[in-house]
Amino acid sequence: MLIKRPGDVRASEITPSRVYLRRREFVKAGLAALAGATGVLGGSIAAAQGGAAKLTGIKKSGYSTMEQATSYKDVTSYNNYYEFGTEKDDPATYAQKLKTRPWAVVVEGEVKRPKTFGIDELMKFPLEERVYRLRCVEGWSMVIPWVGFEFRRLAEQVEPTGKAKFVEFVTALQAETMPGVRRPVLEWPYLEGLRIDEAMHPLTLLAVGLYDEVLPKQNGAPIRLVVPWKYGFKSAKSIVRIRFVEKQPRIAWEKAASNEYGFYSNVNPEVDHPRWSQATERRIGQDGLFTPKRKTLMFNGYGDQVASLYTGMDLRKFF
Amino acid sequence: MAVSDEPSSRARLRSRPPAVLSPAVFAWTKAVIFVLCLGPLARLVVGAPLDLLGVNPVETIRRSTGTWTLVFVLATLSVTPLRRFTGWHWLARLRRMLGLYAFFYAVLHLISYIWLEQFFDGAAIVKDIVKRPFITIGFAAFAMMVPLAVTSTDAMVKRMGGKNWTALHRLVYVLAVCGVIHYWWLVKRDITQPAIYGLVLLFLLAYRAVSAFRKRSA
Repeated sequence: MLIKRPGDVRASEITPSRVYLRRREFVKAGLAALAGATGVLGGSIAAAQGGAAKLTGIKKSGYSTMEQATSYKDVTSYNNYYEFGTEKDDPATYAQKLKTRPWAVVVEGEVKRPKTFGIDELMKFPLEERVYRLRCVEGWSMVIPWVGFEFRRLAEQVEPTGKAKFVEFVTALQAETMPGVRRPVLEWPYLEGLRIDEAMHPLTLLAVGLYDEVLPKQNGAPIRLVVPWKYGFKSAKSIVRIRFVEKQPRIAWEKAASNEYGFYSNVNPEVDHPRWSQATERRIGQDGLFTPKRKTLMFNGYGDQVASLYTGMDLRKFF
Repeated sequence: MAVSDEPSSRARLRSRPPAVLSPAVFAWTKAVIFVLCLGPLARLVVGAPLDLLGVNPVETIRRSTGTWTLVFVLATLSVTPLRRFTGWHWLARLRRMLGLYAFFYAVLHLISYIWLEQFFDGAAIVKDIVKRPFITIGFAAFAMMVPLAVTSTDAMVKRMGGKNWTALHRLVYVLAVCGVIHYWWLVKRDITQPAIYGLVLLFLLAYRAVSAFRKRSA
């Protein structure tokens, strides 16, 4: 009898994560009887796989949405990452040169124990899968199975002081690998920020992976923020520095156009962007050409969890 | 019809195509250009069912039809200067077709907005036109194209009289400017693309301003 050892299994023979993640659909579709054929199905889709290193020991999370995830191909080929260009396909084309090793994240400011975390150390945090909705300020949305850990787990290690009212996220600026930073489209390095209670919220994630694999570069490798109830640009990519500060930071998009992009930038169908409505959105890869756009939900559907953060605030003023 | 422009000595050295094409050659040239101008539409019609329009096909359709409207407006405006520089007077007889293609792609652009973007939500469309300056000006540009398309036939030129017809069709300068501003106002941050169209338009308008000034002072 031939017993295959793990080393004998080629990567191309392993069912890609996006296939097995959608296994329930196959079952629903009545394909359960054809279980034996899934290997064949998997093999045919394997060519499209990113081929990034697999992450293991990932826990599932109750915070995940049950909605159908956007395909790996769409999530990794339609990105806003202006350091690599302003077209949606620029990041996938140009980000591959981004140097993600060695990588360190300096955590400093109003904390008792400032610390620099090496990327390998960060990868050792207990990892969870969080399937979150992502709503871009431009009016499209995706559903993305991130892999990461809650930001507050990192914060606990550095012990923020009472003066820490906000958290600032500084992202990588690699002039030699980032063609987009030659032009002053935004202020580089890209800077984002959250109020401390937003940052410490259990939904706020530091992601290191996608679809059970190491985060692709165009999606903000090696480590990025994910704040699912805010517009996508709030979720800073390729973070190198996290600063706990007393004053509200002025974020990159606010500096670029403060009348259009505010510090909070919570997903809000009632507060339009000055140039377009935010009432509806197009779900990438799932809404057909002739399907009307779907309604955008308050706080991107995370109102039950986060609305209390903003009690008594005028969300038109603090947009 | 004589070739009135004096060719420069350098231009004379190059072998130039004749300023006057035989009817058969012209008909063929026009037919080829007519088919080529359908290329952008063919790409969308073929690409949509084959999933070749990228991750966000609606965005691709909207951008492509808008871009080609601008390209055809600028191409229409390029006919006169190009004719003067090259001496190819037959170019003038392609101008109407190019202008109508600009209108054709503008109609597709508008349909993509009304159907794919707003899904015939009249209230939302009216709100957009009133509230969003880039849509207001884009819609204004389209509205200006309508009378130009309607009066593009020979019969209409005759009916209106050359002078009136020319005066009306000067609207193309205004709508071209509106079109570029429409593009400029809608981009999120990076204005490179609209700036390129703006520069080309500026050059084409400056050419006319200079020649009008020369004519007057001559």
